[in-house]
This record gives sequence, C-alpha cells and structure tokens, in this order.
Amino acid sequence: MTEASMSKTDMSISDFLTRRRRRGRFGWTDGLTYAYLLLGLVVMFAPVLWVVISSLKTPANLAEFPPTLLPYSSETVVVEGFDQPLALFDVVGEDGETRRLAQIRRVGIQAQMIDPADPEAGRVLVPVETATPVRRVYLAFENYTNLLASSGNDLWRYVFNSLFITVVATLITLVMNSMAAFALSKYRFRGSNVALVSILATLMIPATVVLVPTYMIVAQLGLVGNLWGVILPTVATPTGVFLLRQYMLTIPDELVEAARMDHASEWRIFWKIILPLSSPALAVVAIFSILSRWNDFLLPLVVLTRRESYTLQLALASFQTEYGIRYEILLAMTTLTALPLACAFIFLQRYITTGIASTGIK
Amino acid sequence: MSAGTQFAAAAGAAVALPARIVEPFMYGLQRLLGIKRMPWVFLVPNLTAVVLFALLPVFINIFYSVSGSDRLYPWDRPVVGGANYATLFDCDNFLDPSTCSRDLFWRALGNTLVFVPVQVTAMIVIALLTAICLNRDIRGRGFFRGIFFFPVMLSPVVVALTWQWILQRNGALNGLISSAGLTPVNWLVFPNTAFFWSVFVTVWAHMGFYTIILLAGLQSIPRDVYEAAKMDSATPWRAFTRITLPLLKPVLLVVFILAVIRSVQTFDELYVLTGGGPGSATMLMVQYIYEVGFAAQPRNFGLAAAASLLLGVALLIFTAIQMRISRGGKDD
Amino acid sequence: MRRIMKTTSALALMVAALPVTTALGQEIRVWAGDTGTGGVLFEEMAKSFEEANPGVDVVVEEVSYQTIVESLPVQLEAGEGPDIAIITDLGGLSRFYLDITEYVDADYFEQEWGQTLQWLRGGQQTDAIFGMPTTLTVNGAYVNLTLFEQAGVPVPEEGATWEEWAAAAKQVAEATGTEFAMEMDRSGHRFASLAISYGAEMVDEEGRPVIDDGLRAAIEQFVAWHQDGTMPMDLWGAVGGATHRELFSDFLNANVVFYFGGSWTLRQMDTEVGDLFDWAVVPTPCGPSSCTAMPGGGAMTAFAHTQHPELAGALINHYAQPENLDHYISTEVEIPSASSQIENGVEYPEASERTREALATFTAQIPKMADAAYRFQGWRFQRAMMNSLTTRISQVLNNELDIDAALTRIEEDVNLAIEAAGGQS
Repeated sequence: MTEASMSKTDMSISDFLTRRRRRGRFGWTDGLTYAYLLLGLVVMFAPVLWVVISSLKTPANLAEFPPTLLPYSSETVVVEGFDQPLALFDVVGEDGETRRLAQIRRVGIQAQMIDPADPEAGRVLVPVETATPVRRVYLAFENYTNLLASSGNDLWRYVFNSLFITVVATLITLVMNSMAAFALSKYRFRGSNVALVSILATLMIPATVVLVPTYMIVAQLGLVGNLWGVILPTVATPTGVFLLRQYMLTIPDELVEAARMDHASEWRIFWKIILPLSSPALAVVAIFSILSRWNDFLLPLVVLTRRESYTLQLALASFQTEYGIRYEILLAMTTLTALPLACAFIFLQRYITTGIASTGIK
Repeated sequence: MSAGTQFAAAAGAAVALPARIVEPFMYGLQRLLGIKRMPWVFLVPNLTAVVLFALLPVFINIFYSVSGSDRLYPWDRPVVGGANYATLFDCDNFLDPSTCSRDLFWRALGNTLVFVPVQVTAMIVIALLTAICLNRDIRGRGFFRGIFFFPVMLSPVVVALTWQWILQRNGALNGLISSAGLTPVNWLVFPNTAFFWSVFVTVWAHMGFYTIILLAGLQSIPRDVYEAAKMDSATPWRAFTRITLPLLKPVLLVVFILAVIRSVQTFDELYVLTGGGPGSATMLMVQYIYEVGFAAQPRNFGLAAAASLLLGVALLIFTAIQMRISRGGKDD
Repeated sequence: MRRIMKTTSALALMVAALPVTTALGQEIRVWAGDTGTGGVLFEEMAKSFEEANPGVDVVVEEVSYQTIVESLPVQLEAGEGPDIAIITDLGGLSRFYLDITEYVDADYFEQEWGQTLQWLRGGQQTDAIFGMPTTLTVNGAYVNLTLFEQAGVPVPEEGATWEEWAAAAKQVAEATGTEFAMEMDRSGHRFASLAISYGAEMVDEEGRPVIDDGLRAAIEQFVAWHQDGTMPMDLWGAVGGATHRELFSDFLNANVVFYFGGSWTLRQMDTEVGDLFDWAVVPTPCGPSSCTAMPGGGAMTAFAHTQHPELAGALINHYAQPENLDHYISTEVEIPSASSQIENGVEYPEASERTREALATFTAQIPKMADAAYRFQGWRFQRAMMNSLTTRISQVLNNELDIDAALTRIEEDVNLAIEAAGGQS
C-alpha cells in the first residue's frame, strides 16, 4: 500500500469513528455506514412488517411452509347442485394436459372433482398429488373484523380505559416526579440524600417480584377492579425523578435566587420557572410513562377484575385460550395493539428522539 | 356523561387544578412551615407513593420470606423462620445444581449471572456503533434514528410474539434459510441457540433507547477537540479511545447502570418467547420468582420472597466484585 | 393499619372521577374462561333467569385462561373476584367455594354428577355441593388415516399398546415423508394419561404423591421417543417451566401422524380440516397396566365472598336444568358430564358425521378410565404435580437431570406444595 492510500484510509477511519463526513465526498466509510444502517433497517423493521403481513393471511395460508411472502387464499367457485362454494384445483391429467376442476371432497389420496364449466359431465376421481390449488392474493381482513366483532361495542370502553390510565398516570407522574426532583436539586437540606437514595433504590426492584404485596396493598385500599388501582402504584417512577433531577441540576441556581428576591413563592418558582425550563426532560419522562402505561400487562391483569375496567391489552389477551394459540387472531391482535403506538410514533418520531437526545444526561 | 367529555374534564381538571387551588395552598404551607421545610412538602407526594407502593411491598416481601402457607395477608401467615431459605439452600453439592432440591433457583441464578454481562455488553457495543453511524452526516438520519427506536415502543408481549412467529420451526427465518438451500434450524429447541436469541431479542427491543442517549452524548462532544487531535496526527483509533470514550464516559455510565438494572429485570419477553426453556436454559431469576410465587398452584409466596431477597444479595456481591475489578483496572 | 388503609381508600375513591360505575340492584358476575363460544351461550341462557328474578342482572364476562388460572386464585385469596366462575382446577380452589346445597336441587345434582362433585371437594370430608360440572373432557389420540392409507400401514386395532402405536406412527411418517410421527400437548394432564396406563398411581388415598415404577417407566418411554425422533422436541423439549404449549396445528396441517390431545379440539376439526384428509379419534392406547385416559373438564362454582349467595346458587341451579345443559353441550360439541345425558345421549345437529363418530369414541373411553385417573383428577395438588411433571421432564429431555433425579424432584416439588398450603392434603 502506498503512503498516500494509507493516509487516506487513516482519514476515513478517523472520519468514521470521530466525526461527520465532509461535504461532497463519498468515501468507503459512508458505504459502510449505509450498509450498516440498511442492515439495521432490515433487522429492526422487517420482523414487524412480517407480523403485519402475516396477520392478513388465512389460517391455511399461515400454516404453509415455507411461508408465502404475500397472503393467499384458495379460489372457489359455486357449482350448481352444491350448497357450499367449491375450491378450484389445477389438475394435470394422464395426458399431461392441465384442467381446472372444482373439488367436491377428498378421501385419502383421491379427490372427487367436478368440472365447473360442465357439471353435467359428472364426477371425476383425481389422485391428490396431481392437483394444485388455484390461489390468488387475498387480504384476510376477517381476522380483524372477527376480533373486533367479538369484543363488540366494549372496544371503545377498553380504548377509553387504556387512554384514561395512560394520560392520568402520566400527568400525575410528571407533577409528582418533578416536584420531588425540584426538592432534590434546588435545596440543600438534611435528609435529602436519604430521600434520593430511597427513591433511586426502588429502581432496583422488579415490578414482577413485588406483584403480590402490591396487589395486597391495592386490595386493602379497596381499589381492585378500579382504574386507580393500576394508576397509583405506578406513578412514583424512580427513573423520572432521576432524569428530572439531573436536568434540573443544570439549571443555574441564580434563577431561583433571583426569583426569591422578587418574593416569588417556592411553588411559583417551581411552577413558573423550573418546570418550563425542564420541558425537554419532562417530554422524555412523559414518553416513557406513556409507553409503559399503555403496554402494562401484569398489574392490570390482576387488579382489573371487571370487564368494564379492562384495558386494551387485557381485552386482546383474553383471546388466548388454554386450548391453543389461534395464530391468525393473535397476529391481528399484535398488530392492533401496536398500531396506535406506531401511528403516534410516525407523527412524534422527531420529538421523541430529539427530546431524549436533549435531556442532557451528562 | 359520555366517555369523551369525562376524559376532557379529567384532563382539564388536572391542568387547571394546580393554578386555582394548589398555589394558594402551597403558599399557605410555606408561611406556616417556613422555607426550610418546603423541600419536604415537595417530596411528600412522591415519597408517599414510593413508601406505599415500593418500600412497603419490599418489607412485606421480607416478612413473606420468613413465613409460610399460601395465604396472602401477613396476619394470616405463620412465621417459619429460615425454613424457606433452608429449602433454597438444600443441596447435596453446591457445585452441581442438579443435586439441589430447588435446582431451578440455582440454574436461574446462574443463567442471570451469564445473561446480564453478555446482554449488557452486546447492548452497549451495538448501541454505540449505531450511535456513531447515526452521528455521521448521512441522508435520512431522522428516518434511521426512528427505525432503531421503533421497537422500544412495542410492548414486551408483542416483541416476544413477533419473534416467536419468526423463529418457530416453520417461521420466516427458516423459510428464508430453506429457500437459500440450507437446512433449517429449530432455533428455540437447542439451549445455545435459544440463549442466543434471548439475548438478541432483548437487545433488539431495547437498544434504540440507549442509542439515542449515546447519540446525544456524541453530539455534545465539541468538534474542535478532534481537529486538535488531527493536528497532533493522532491515529483515529487513538482519537476514539483517547478522546471520544473519555468524553462519553459519564453518558456511558448512565447507559451502563440503566442497562444492567433492566437486564436483571428481564422477564416478559423471555417468558412469552421461550418460557424459560429449553429445559431451564433461558430461565432467569425474575421468571423463577414469578413461577414460584404466582403461577404455581398453590402459590409459594414465602419461597418466592426468599429467592428475590437472595437475588438482591447476589446483585450486591456482583456489583462489589465488578467495582473491585474496574478499580483494579485503573491502578494498572 | 387496616383502618388507616380503609380511610385512605375512601379518600382515594372520593377523589377519583371514576369511569367505572357500580351497578345498583343485584348483580351476579360470572367468569367464563375456557369454553369455545365462551360467555355468549351463558349470557343467553341467563335471560330467562333474569326474567324470573326482576332486578337481578347477570353479567357474564369472558376472561382469558391465564386470568382464571393465575389471577383468580390471588383475587379469591384477597376476598375479591367474581361471584361465579367456570374453573378447571376443581380441587385446588376448594376452600373458596360457596356451599350451594340449600339453593339447588341437591338430589338432582348428586344423581347427575356424583363423582365430579367429589372432585370439587378437594379431599375435604364433606357432603357440600360446591358447583355444577359443565363439561367432561377426555384426553385422546387423533390419527391421520389418510397418511396410514398412503403408507399402506394397517391402523392398530382397539387394545393396541402405546409402543405399537408409536411404531406404526413412525413407520407411516417415514413412508409418507411426514415431519413427525407423534406429538403430545405439553401438559402434565396429557402425560398423566400415559403414566397411569403404565401403572403409575400418582396419588395415594392419603393425598400424598406416589413416585413408583409405573411413573418411571412412562418417563423412560417418553424420553426414548424423543431421543429416537418419534416425538419432536418442539413441545416438551423447547419450552421451560410449567408453560402449557400445544401444536395441534401440526395435526390440522397433516404434519404429524398421531396427536395426543383431547376432546375439546373437536370443534376445530370440523371447521379447519374439513375434508383435507381422513382422520379419526382412536381408542386410547394401552399401557402395561390399563387403557386409561385422563378425564377432565370444567365446573361452575360460586365463591364464598359473594354478596348474593342465594342468587348465585339459584343461577347455577338454573344452568343445571336439563334443557340448558343439553343446549350447551350440543352447541359446544362437548362430552356431557351429567349421567342422564351420558345415558340418553345428546344430539349434535351441527357436527359432521366424522365428529360424531369421534365423540362416540371419546365417550366410549370413559368406562375404561382407571381409578387412579379419577383420584388424580380430584386431588387438590394435582396441578402442583402436573406442573412439576412438565418442568422436570423437559429438564430430563435437555440433559439437565437424569430420570432418578427428576423423580426425586417431582416428589419434593409436590411435598413442598403441600407444605406451602399448610400441610393439609
């Protein structure tokens, strides 16, 4: 390798690792970057896309291996003398000629078929391996309509419950966490470390592990079957306090001092000065609160005992029965629960990611 | 009242309430208590919730661990002392989990102690690499940033079902493999592949979050630092290890702590994806605790609580060792 | 402490602008979890009850099976939950049941469901009537006859052993290129059918687990089938813990020759297999000891915490009336549980000829069921043992335990469960 190419490679690596590309050049590092990002695109997004496509397949189509890329369904035809529509098959005859026949029934390795164009000709016995079903692309929206029909008018109740829990819990979380963060970042007082540590220590407790005692407390408060029984246990998020406190530490104390000089009350300082300045961090806490409340499953499962208090996640989960996974329903359900988030995400993508980026976790 | 108006009323009240009622109320408190006690006023709501729904459950758990029976309320439960702990430690040979009465506890503990370092390392390396790529001046940055973040929004159950659908015997991945003329692999049937996919799926689901944080960290590094490095003709690797990493260290620390905590708490995804199998190859501690204390019939709250406290102890030891190692590394 | 909590809760309730309204009047809530058409049928049948009892509102809620198995017991423990539920862990929830003897036609109940009522008592020495068994289910084997025909292998006759079936299925799978020979739901209940026919006692008269040579032989055989490829690892090998898993879709798609599941999937056969291939339910394969299958089924029970015990009892009595019972069984295509129904037979106007034959085969297995099967089904710690069976057998299949260790663990698991429940068995 010549000296020049060596230094060029060096530069490219340095560009890659340290800083952005200079305008007007397309080095191999850019190629590498795009390759990585495209790989990322496939790995991150294809699975989700695949589930959406699969949710539009009929059960028979789902069971095929290797799976078909697009949803298909068998073509059927109504033949005189038969109540049900019959499935069409392309049959290769002994003479090598292909005929399109409708199947009446199949017994073992032989099928009784009939020519839909000429039903008078009577039934034909066809070996199964010579027949291939005639198929066309078919989007099985009935997976969705069945799902929605079986939840009926209650669906809006579930959506409302999910929204109610998500919005109320998030509002309470924001207010409570930022109040605590304010106290822990803008005051020096005895016990502040104890308070901070005891809040942050709860970060270490997996919710699953304390599920039973938490349920017991909710039951003692008389909140079983009540949306507040899901809201209250989740509002004091330690991550929220942590993120907000870190952010508020970067707000100069002089602002607080100056406001005190102007005889502003402590609450006013918090509400009118600190809170607006913390909005990027608040946005992040809000996003995480919304995500986790919307996706919550285990606590609602135990606490929300009445059907009218069900959340969307619970309602859709109730389609899984002991006797098996109905994949077509399950996939439709998966798509449906993720759909609102996907929509929200498309619109809010920029704010979400830049919001997190600007929290200044430093 | 229709659902919509109810909702609007609730949201409106939540915003209007502070302005109308809280401000005079808080001002009154300030005059009554003095400014010195105001931080406590601000802390009280959050602390109440923490005490009631986080610390109290932990104390109840501690009591559960020294009491027996399948009763829920502490006052119904007879105290059995260390019996639950004794059950967990009932082993013929501590080096071989199959000789333990509760072998699953030890296997789950062992799995957790392998899973956490592997998953956290993979998570941070991939998130950092992605953040570096996204930090470059490329087309469609916002789009790619969004793509990597998208799975963070999905619920754990959705994540697990999605991947189960892809990894199952007749799933899309095997479809791809067999159409490429290779032999399909039954991914979730073999302990090693199942463990690999457990790590993969959890990294897939959460890396976007850490990527964004690291990206913010990278963007806050001033450019002229690199210009200076180039003047000194530092090699790019040197620039990366001597400039980028040290400046990124505080952000990396936050990412590390959050990743470790969430890694230890991994439950839903794997519960749905593998159920802890094959055998117990992907069963982590939280699932063990859930199964013993909640899914089993009759539920053994005491044993589950004892296991959760031991997990806490194990984590403390783990952290201590790690701090010792990282400090030792610095002395060199 | 309790007082403080109550006051706080009152406060919380006052603050709450609750979207959930509590119904005035008398409300009876019924949870229906595991049935095919679910709550709709029960809601429909409750109409005439509501007419006969003005002011009573029967709310039937369809809930997930997970809710019934995992959440309901914890809720009952806290004195919460519905008034009535259709449950499958008949013996395990005994102490929460309401004795409805005085609200129902007790003689009728005893006469129709003598045996199953015993299951609901979960080992308690009592004559109390704790509910109404809804359906009887029978474990059994589905066989793909088309594949047998194509392979030219004769279908084993009634009385054939498990080994003979396994060998035949394997031969068929090899001849026809079918992916798998044999599959069994990942369920301790399904495995118990095999184990008891191999002579396992499972539980003794005192309600203690029995680990015997029968159980060992069954596990050895089961492991051997997994090792020689007769059974795939997907079900019992791949999943951990007590997770229930089934792959009946393999049978529906003709990927397996012999599938051991149960009578509840019959409805699916009609709608999904249609005439894709010929299938049949065959008499349960025999072990060295017997040709037994496990019985199972749900029961509708009222819970002691209900505010309206009389109404709850009366509602169950209403559902137990012959016309309601028949309607339910025939719509669901289930095996009846009441003795008069078993004797007189139930009409299934909507089921296909093949399905009716299959039902007849399932019903014909009932007299062949071993005493041990009935005893196991009515045992309070049945679920503990079944969960342990699935967990431990999976571990054996993955070389985490040998069979001796697995048997020891199973015994320890069940004894620990008995201890955890306060020692009464």
